[in-house]
Amino acid sequence: MNAKTERLERVAKELRRDVIEMIYAANSGHPGGSLSAADIVAALFFDVMKYDAENPHLPERDRFVLSKGHAAPILYAALARRGYFDRKLLNRLRRFGSPLQGHPDSRKLAGVDASTGSLGHGIGNAVGMALSLMLDGSRARVFCLLGDGEIQEGSVWESMMAASHFRLDNLVIIIDNNDLQIDGPVREVMNVHPIAAKLKSFGLETVSIDGHNLDQILDALNTYPCDKPLGIVAHTVKGKGVSFMENNVGFHGKAPNDAEYKQAMKELL
Amino acid sequence: MRATRDGYGEGLVEIGKINKDVVVMDADLGSSTRSFMFKKEFPERFFDFGIAEGAMVDAASGLSYTGKLPYVSSFAVFITGRAFEHIRQSVCYPDNKVFLCGSHSGISVGEDGGSHQSIVDIALMRALPNMRVVVPADFNETRAAVIASLNWDGPTYLRTSRAKSKNIFPDNAGFDFGAKLLKSGSDVTLLSCGLMTQIAIDAADKLGKNGIDCEVINLSVIKPLDESILDSISKTGKVVTLEEHSVIGGLGGAVSELTAEKLPVRMLRIGINDRFGQSGSADELFKHYGLDIESVINKIDEFMRR
Ligand SMILES: Cc1ncc(C[n+]2csc(CCOP(=O)(O)OP(=O)(O)O)c2C)c(N)n1
Ligand SMILES: [Mg+2]
Repeated sequence: MNAKTERLERVAKELRRDVIEMIYAANSGHPGGSLSAADIVAALFFDVMKYDAENPHLPERDRFVLSKGHAAPILYAALARRGYFDRKLLNRLRRFGSPLQGHPDSRKLAGVDASTGSLGHGIGNAVGMALSLMLDGSRARVFCLLGDGEIQEGSVWESMMAASHFRLDNLVIIIDNNDLQIDGPVREVMNVHPIAAKLKSFGLETVSIDGHNLDQILDALNTYPCDKPLGIVAHTVKGKGVSFMENNVGFHGKAPNDAEYKQAMKELL
Repeated sequence: MRATRDGYGEGLVEIGKINKDVVVMDADLGSSTRSFMFKKEFPERFFDFGIAEGAMVDAASGLSYTGKLPYVSSFAVFITGRAFEHIRQSVCYPDNKVFLCGSHSGISVGEDGGSHQSIVDIALMRALPNMRVVVPADFNETRAAVIASLNWDGPTYLRTSRAKSKNIFPDNAGFDFGAKLLKSGSDVTLLSCGLMTQIAIDAADKLGKNGIDCEVINLSVIKPLDESILDSISKTGKVVTLEEHSVIGGLGGAVSELTAEKLPVRMLRIGINDRFGQSGSADELFKHYGLDIESVINKIDEFMRR
């Protein structure tokens, strides 16, 4: 623990508060998978990634693809705090005419590098971006965040295969391993384990970390494998930070009611 | 007021009791599609494939090859889009008896936005040889279609909605493939399916007061199309289609293909005009895309004046 990780932990808590505020205001959205990814997103947007919010289309920027697009609130929270848009917009999540669509829309919001929502597509987009940047001789990296349920899609593994076939060492694939999907625990609905061994066998340099430990997150993101993509299996808790949302499949895609909202904000002080 | 997706769930439970070969599959959306109603009654005949729609549809085909009666669901956008090639190769090409249900169709899913709004599923499914396409207008019709489907051969696509709507048909109406006359009229024929049938009924009511006498026909079976609609169209000489779907390739597409060849008439297709959906409440989106009652009345009124 040092000054940097302490700062990032504070940031992550702020992002979590924004997530709850936004979803409460919208009265719909996905808190569970937004909260589980908060520490990873904080590390990426507030330390690791190189970009310029003033100049969101800079070709040499690092890219972030939210393959698990339903966690849009955590991405919007980070973009707002980094100055991509006015924070007042956050309470327009999912509203008619808002750039903050239910799932990230690259046409409507600068800072969204790829439109996602249907699971299992973001990773392929990330592979294409990494290929393109490599062709250009760019030093930029591409970060892609997937859900552990999402990786049940076959297309995910087609993209993993391509990523290591093309030796995309500018690509970082992060699995938010929170053990839940919609119909229940991932292991019970459709077991995808062992995840790390699968990534490894697909040719990725693979590390497993505690996805809420910022030291471990930073260490992992600052790994630079040679000639192969990096895979990070981040063990997380769905709903992390709000006691009654933690490990609760019911809060995958449900907004908190008034009392739950107050309780959540109290816990995130 | 009940949603058509609930009709799917209840229908599944009924046929599960009637035939022990009925198996139900879902892709991590069982509570939303209502297939969980079947899981609750017959857990051993329910298979969750996780988020793997393509593999699920191929497996449904395998179950069908070996004598089972698979009923397979997900959101409309994923089952018809994500698994399209699986449906084409494994279900339609061998003409296997597989029943596909796409829930949360159209723009009425609202806040999730354009990535989740299914506006081309009817077009995709209708273009496949052997596929039957059913877009029921209410809970009762949906439930009846699922029960009747035990006796159908080959593949079926059933499109359901999340939004609740009024029952239009009685609960003992049964189900056949015929177009259903809901109101007779002499000036124009309105053909509709899904949630748009209630809007067609309400619009006809209002238009009647303005002197436009609409004939309203529920056309929930988009394929095979009941060509008896031509009788109504030749009587009124004008046809309007209403669907919560792109104007390309769906109900409007099917009807215009038929009339262009057999009975060219003036036609208006009410639907989504070749655009993607977006986030918003169902009401806001219906208004924006011109599917709410006011827009529908204005469009038909203008069409009748032209
Ligand atoms: C292709 C596809 N099928 C189904 C869905 C519906 N859906 C949205 S989120 C979700 C569960 C995702 O679980 P996971 O990837 O573990 O995400 P997390 O737990 O991080 O929220 C499902 C099935 C979808 N968005 N895309
Ligand atoms: Mg998960």
